[in-house]
Amino acid sequence: MESKLRAILPDAELIRMYEQMVLSREFEESCAEQYTKGHITGFLHLYSGQEAVAVGATAGLHRDDYILSAYREHAQAIVRGAEPRRVMAELFGKRTGICKGKGGSMHLFDPNLSFMGGYAIVGGQFPIAVGLAFAAKFRKEGRIVACFFGDGAANQGTFHESLNWARLWELPVLFVCENNSYGIGTSVARASALPDIHRRTCGYDIPSERVYGMDVIAVYEAIKWAAEWVREQNRPFLIEAITYRFRGHSMADPGKYRSLAEVELWKSRDPVPAFANRLVEEEIATEAQLEGIRQQALVTLADAVKFAEESPWPEDSEVWEDVYA
Amino acid sequence: MTQLNMVQAINLALREEMARDDRVVLLGEDVGRDGGVFRVTEGLFEEFGPERVIDTPLSESAIVGAAVGMAAYGLRPVAEIQFLGFIYAAFDQLFTHAARIRTRSRGRFTAPLVVRTPYGAGIKAPELHEESTEAFFCHMPGVKVVVPSGPYNAKGLLMAAIRDPDPVLFLEPTRLYRMVKEEVPEGEYTLPLGKARIARPGGAVTVVAWGSMLQRVMKAVEGYDAEVIDPMTLSPFDGETLLDSVKKTGRLVVVHEAPLTCGLGAEIAATVAQEAILHLRGPIIRVAGPDVPVPLAKLIDHYLPSPERIRAALDEVLQY
Repeated sequence: MESKLRAILPDAELIRMYEQMVLSREFEESCAEQYTKGHITGFLHLYSGQEAVAVGATAGLHRDDYILSAYREHAQAIVRGAEPRRVMAELFGKRTGICKGKGGSMHLFDPNLSFMGGYAIVGGQFPIAVGLAFAAKFRKEGRIVACFFGDGAANQGTFHESLNWARLWELPVLFVCENNSYGIGTSVARASALPDIHRRTCGYDIPSERVYGMDVIAVYEAIKWAAEWVREQNRPFLIEAITYRFRGHSMADPGKYRSLAEVELWKSRDPVPAFANRLVEEEIATEAQLEGIRQQALVTLADAVKFAEESPWPEDSEVWEDVYA
Repeated sequence: MTQLNMVQAINLALREEMARDDRVVLLGEDVGRDGGVFRVTEGLFEEFGPERVIDTPLSESAIVGAAVGMAAYGLRPVAEIQFLGFIYAAFDQLFTHAARIRTRSRGRFTAPLVVRTPYGAGIKAPELHEESTEAFFCHMPGVKVVVPSGPYNAKGLLMAAIRDPDPVLFLEPTRLYRMVKEEVPEGEYTLPLGKARIARPGGAVTVVAWGSMLQRVMKAVEGYDAEVIDPMTLSPFDGETLLDSVKKTGRLVVVHEAPLTCGLGAEIAATVAQEAILHLRGPIIRVAGPDVPVPLAKLIDHYLPSPERIRAALDEVLQY
């Protein structure tokens, strides 16, 4: 039997997590619209369906723990505290963006939030997370590094190199696999000799756990426990969160590789209404309050889009900036 | 003053930088307890301990990637890749992350790291242990590429590279590791990155060469009125020193051991053709390795630009 939410977190924190989930969802839906209008160009990978992972995980970390992620990371940046309007402006390529319109959708960075990307190369972030964790341990600052990655990245060499290093040097890295079952159009079962990603760590003597990634509180509890274990033990841990993306790999993906029935099944597990129902059932919020939160998110996003639209483009001369010091 | 070879000069630079700045850490395969396959890091493990001289697993991609993370956190990592030919597994980390973290994050995350690696012909092994693929790395905006040509400038350039705010690939010509000794002062001195030096003044022809070819060119040009330029930093390239020299001499020969096609000589020739063609009296000649993998043992002597080929190029261009 599930424990009551109030036994886990105070009401205000639960409500805040719900706000973050709704904001993340609405942000992505808004991005889709802006992409269709041609305001966002290039590739756009949306997080809809996976919100419980970013929100639950971020809540389980300390504010100054490093977060690295892959290219489906808008929600992670926003949940960490990036302003939606500045993330939207970044996606538009405007100079008011969080990387002044030079990083774009796949490369969000903010040192003030200890948020270090944003990696478009699958598995590129693993060794960098190891290096950060080495430095954090070297400096004895008590920070850990949360390294998010997808199921596809577990087949990259850097995954194995980095697990080996993290265990060998006893580094405070929390690896978080967001297993959404597909690397673009190839399912985990068709790409991985051992589809249970969390079991792969046994070759490196790293403990691991699987969690149901559509339940924000389950993710929160798993990450919180694991993050403290990593911090105290100064050793790596891996969490595999089972989740699903409701949209295609990117906006350019028609998603022909999965059945409508499968998508509908997972949509019936949508983490946002599931959490809403629990909040109402346990009388933490009323339906009217939750609808108010959604309306507030829509206002925030209307402002974000307007801000991005009205923001200036970078000057041509800025193409030369920040290549070298 | 002490006479040191290049291995000793690099070792001294590392030791002094590590003593000066506790953020400087070394990492790489066998750099610690073993002292490095070329003994470049010998004694540093004993002096600074395993937390600052780190023996890594055989994982080139993780070596460079971890250095990016360390640098972003505020350390000053100096990574060693055992041979330039082993760096290709780490190409991704160097090119897609080290080179671009600054641009992507608009300068708020940076990667002030050095990747040192022996390179070029010198130990009569074939291909991967012997090749000169510096041009790949000059095609990476965001990364600086430095090649010393002797013990003195190796120390000064490495100290500058460690202090540089950008990622630096530091290519150490294996042929020169123990070939020559020079006076190398103790204590700090830096040579600016991105600045070439005139290794020998002259008036009739400009010769550009770096690394071990510089040493070979210096001998080959004896008896010629040749001005020899040692770029020391290949990227960003010091075009000003190059153009000033060519405008004076009107002739240019570029010598490199890398294969001819798309080697750095092509870029240097194009720059001169574009910026100084009216000063040229004759064709620009490239003396380079052939477009083949570096061969084994005796055939290397055939592969490398020989003093005869260098002098033939000088004779040809001086006819104009």
